[in-house]
Amino acid sequence: MIDTLFAALRLLGSFDRTLVDIVWLSLRVSLTAVVLGALIGLPLGAWLAVAEFRGRNLLVVLVNGLMGLPSVVVGVVVYLALSRSGPFGSLGLLFSPGAMVIAQMMLVVPLIAALTRPIVEDAWREYAPELRVMGFSRGQSMQTLIHDCRHSLLVALLAGIGRAMSEVGAVMIVGGNIDHVTRVMTTAIALETSKGDLPLAIALGIVLMAVVLALNAAAFHIRRWAMRRYA
Amino acid sequence: MFPIELAGVGFRPDGQCVLSGIDLQLDGDGISILLGPNGVGKTVLLRMIAGLQPVSEGRLTWGAASRPDEAVAMVFQQPMILRASVLDNAALGMKPLAFGRRERRRRAHEMLERVGLADRAADSARLLSGGERQRLALARAWAVQPRLLLLDEPTASLDPSAVDAVEDIIRGIRTDGCKVLMTTHNLGQATRLADDVIFLADGRVQEHAPARQFFARPRSNAARRFIQAELPWRIRFDE
Ligand SMILES: Nc1ncnc2c1ncn2[C@@H]1O[C@H](COP(=O)(O)OP(=O)(O)OP(=O)(O)O)[C@@H](O)[C@H]1O
Ligand SMILES: [Mg+2]
Repeated sequence: MIDTLFAALRLLGSFDRTLVDIVWLSLRVSLTAVVLGALIGLPLGAWLAVAEFRGRNLLVVLVNGLMGLPSVVVGVVVYLALSRSGPFGSLGLLFSPGAMVIAQMMLVVPLIAALTRPIVEDAWREYAPELRVMGFSRGQSMQTLIHDCRHSLLVALLAGIGRAMSEVGAVMIVGGNIDHVTRVMTTAIALETSKGDLPLAIALGIVLMAVVLALNAAAFHIRRWAMRRYA
Repeated sequence: MFPIELAGVGFRPDGQCVLSGIDLQLDGDGISILLGPNGVGKTVLLRMIAGLQPVSEGRLTWGAASRPDEAVAMVFQQPMILRASVLDNAALGMKPLAFGRRERRRRAHEMLERVGLADRAADSARLLSGGERQRLALARAWAVQPRLLLLDEPTASLDPSAVDAVEDIIRGIRTDGCKVLMTTHNLGQATRLADDVIFLADGRVQEHAPARQFFARPRSNAARRFIQAELPWRIRFDE
């Protein structure tokens, strides 16, 4: 047990090539998925907050429900869409990092939208009369509100990163866990553990947790700084 | 947009009667002050004139138009202060207008100078005091060069010197040719600022008169009682 831990730390200390590749790919895929997901999820959440139309409540419930979407389900759906006989088969994306980005985006967009909506809605309730008198369009209002809530919305982005980095099912299915091509931290941990190569699995687990903790610490400090600056 | 005319306007939320049969005509210059006891419907009336509150009873017209145009600005009792700099807050109202970014900032700066906040331009607006927030909100409204400015108790809970500063700004805005319609519970302020007074009680306009006439010789008993009760000293009217 202790030996395994030391072996894991030795891998970390020596910047083991395999390990570094896996961590780097993980970060690239998940951060890309979150950035693209935020470009859709933030406006979607803000739009749900300020829009008035029949069926809005239904859509809100739907988006909230999709927050808990099982990642294997997303994996299967994206797999079917990207497989050779699927509608997007000709793109040749299956078993590539691109496929993993798409799958993670589908997990992250509803999460970010669902967390954004109530935050922006509170601000909208407070500011709507003034924005209306000033002649703001819905789009301008959404933009202003997202900007004004930016520090609270960090939490939504953080949740998105957490979800994207930690899920296994979807990337396993659409990426195929191919060594040096689509092997990310979670799929590598699952594989190495089942093979009995515990040091690599533990080393990856340590990195995964460190990354998540570091992001949370950064967000915490940004929020505290914002509190002080904007009261 | 002028004259703004209200004919038989009423407001009855869930059966209770707040406003009924409001007839009022507002011309495009001077400062009109809405007076009346708490809950009489002053804020509701301002919101209607701003186009925020649908008029379900009676008729409200802005000149020939059936809705207010973009030359209306309103400052709420608790103005919206965004988590941004004072300058950005002052420039906010120009966002929907056809100004370039540089022009917006230039004008916002000019307005901050007029309200005495130019040295705070780069500060976070959320750190401003209540009086400074009111001045910022007035700068924001002024920057869009409105033809009609609606103010809901712009000096509630301000200290005397802040009240003085805000009143100076309001006079400046009128001098620029903007019509001001405001509410206040400060009768001293009403005597200092008002060109005409609109007195609401029991859901109706009891009196709409030039300020001098209203304070010297209020016609209705309700107005007399109101003035007597709100002044810190007792006065007796002739007649
Ligand atoms: N949307 C609404 N629905 C129901 N009732 C309302 C609504 N808006 C205002 N009222 C009621 O209308 C009445 C008048 O409110 P309003 O805020 O206009 O009073 P006011 O004259 O501004 O009073 P104050 O001097 O205290 O500010 C109040 O009794 C209020 O509860
Ligand atoms: Mg009021």
